[in-house]
Amino acid sequence: MSKSAAWLDYQVQAGTSVFRAGGEWNVRQLSNLVDQLEKFELGKCACPVIDLSDITELDTAGAWFLKDIVGRFHREGLETKMVGISALHKPLITLVQQASGSSAEKETPQKKTWLYNFEHIGRAAFEVAKQCKALINFFGITVIAFGRSLRNPRRIRLNSLVHQVEQTALDAVPIVCLLSFLIGVVLAFQGADQLRRFGAEIFTVNLLTLSVLREIGVLMTAIMLAGRSGSAFTAQIGTMQVNEEVDALRTLGLDPVEVLVMPRILALLISLPILTFLSDVMGILGGALMAVAVLDLTFGQFLRQLEEAITLTHFLVGMVKAPFFAYIIGIVGCYEGLRVSGSAESVGRMTTKSVVESIFLVIIADALFSILFSVLKI
Amino acid sequence: MSGEVVIRVQGLRTQFGSQVIHDGLHIEVPKGEVVGVVGGSGTGKSVLLRTIIGLISPRRGSVEVLGLDWKCASSQARRKLQSRYGVLFQDGALFSSLTVLENIQVPMREHLDISKFFLDELAALKVAMVGLPAEAADKYPSELSGGMRKRAGLARALALDPEILFLDEPTAGLDPIGAAAFDSLISDLQKSLGLTVFMVTHDLDSLAAICDRIAVLVERKVRLGTMAEHMEDDHPWIHDYFHGPRARAAGVKFGDG
Repeated sequence: MSKSAAWLDYQVQAGTSVFRAGGEWNVRQLSNLVDQLEKFELGKCACPVIDLSDITELDTAGAWFLKDIVGRFHREGLETKMVGISALHKPLITLVQQASGSSAEKETPQKKTWLYNFEHIGRAAFEVAKQCKALINFFGITVIAFGRSLRNPRRIRLNSLVHQVEQTALDAVPIVCLLSFLIGVVLAFQGADQLRRFGAEIFTVNLLTLSVLREIGVLMTAIMLAGRSGSAFTAQIGTMQVNEEVDALRTLGLDPVEVLVMPRILALLISLPILTFLSDVMGILGGALMAVAVLDLTFGQFLRQLEEAITLTHFLVGMVKAPFFAYIIGIVGCYEGLRVSGSAESVGRMTTKSVVESIFLVIIADALFSILFSVLKI
Repeated sequence: MSGEVVIRVQGLRTQFGSQVIHDGLHIEVPKGEVVGVVGGSGTGKSVLLRTIIGLISPRRGSVEVLGLDWKCASSQARRKLQSRYGVLFQDGALFSSLTVLENIQVPMREHLDISKFFLDELAALKVAMVGLPAEAADKYPSELSGGMRKRAGLARALALDPEILFLDEPTAGLDPIGAAAFDSLISDLQKSLGLTVFMVTHDLDSLAAICDRIAVLVERKVRLGTMAEHMEDDHPWIHDYFHGPRARAAGVKFGDG
């Protein structure tokens, strides 16, 4: 081993074991030094003395290692003396010895056993139950705030509402239209392919209108808004929470639910039905294009069939779900935003959660609506 | 204390849009010195600090840290340089998703090649060195008080045994007792680790207690001198600063330095 970097020599002089330390005792040489030390049998030494006079460079890692050597000897029942400490290194050695004295008292954390996994599942289940309760509670809070706003409409923040409608509805128009159009194209193409086997191509139009108006239009729009606006709500409110802006609102006598949550939910209640209507129109338009292209229908024939297939009920069945979905996306987005605490990571985690939760709840709600409509025979 | 200069700024001009912050600014900091930077709001104290550590590139002039000019340095040389100084940002700037111990290990993992055992031991040592209790090591920054966050930030700045320590308002937001304790901590560490300290501060007590020299930012330039020299300066801002009621309360005396 080259002597240029850092070294540790051992000699026996007049009954004492002298360790001569030298070179650059810094963090880069640390593992090298540990290897060198481990070659010696510390138990066999008598009256160990560490001579530091050849050390050219010492950093905290080197000082920590010196302390560590003393500790190793101590465990063997030997007291160590240090000699030849230069005035330059003395303050650092003293500092590290004082500091490590306090860090040694740290207790080791309990080890995780296999039982921990079961415990984890249990805790997670309780966590979910607690959250459901909290979400229902939050729903109640928003309803009360709504009631207050209805009694006193001046409490509705109009500026904020208009701004939110612009962000949730107007800015979402291109993407909602494009996706709905493409879904319409796909539906018509797939439908025509299957129905052709029965010679019932013309009913592609019925299939298309029924599925777009009743289900796909509103569901696609809701999912897109959950991803687009629900996540934005959580991130916005969450960042405000991290910056203590929400606390500031509270101390100024403003209710965060009224100032932050209400305009967002109201904006979604306005946006989602409008976007659903657009989505319906674009879906059927996409289907029409495909039908004309692959079914050898003229546009006129398509419209005639459409008139037969479409009823106001189908349209309303889809539209009536929109406000419910909007409410779900709104409260989940805002609720998760208000639950953010402390860190930037928390904002990210809650945003993910908000999107997953709102899409999940939207689909559950859609299923419940389907059951309801089938029971009511609509 | 050798005469080697570790920070050298020459003819610096910093400009944001049409707003000129520094113009023709010179400052030299010799090794082992504690320099405090003061100045009114908006005179660019933090900007100067950020320029020296390479976060802002100057419009004109040169910035040399440990003999290396930011502009001429290769990215590898920059990386190497970055391991030779530590920065404590105003509110600690700890990574909020990591515990204190992990925060301290971030620069170690990046720049050093040492085993997990040593990482843990050395990080625990730094925690103890800045006077944090051992339990604090496993806490997240959001669970700590402002003063503890600053200490944790200092521990991260010291993770690589830097030669220069940059501090941005280290005592802002601390109570007087906490601030005094932080001052003496910095002073102790500076002496035992042989650090050069460059600190932006508004705290006259810190200036009086630990700074060797004071850099005052006035008229887009720096006036560097000891407390005693600044006391005699008749520039209106400097006069007000060092003769104001707060300066008297801090025990800044004529001829003290």
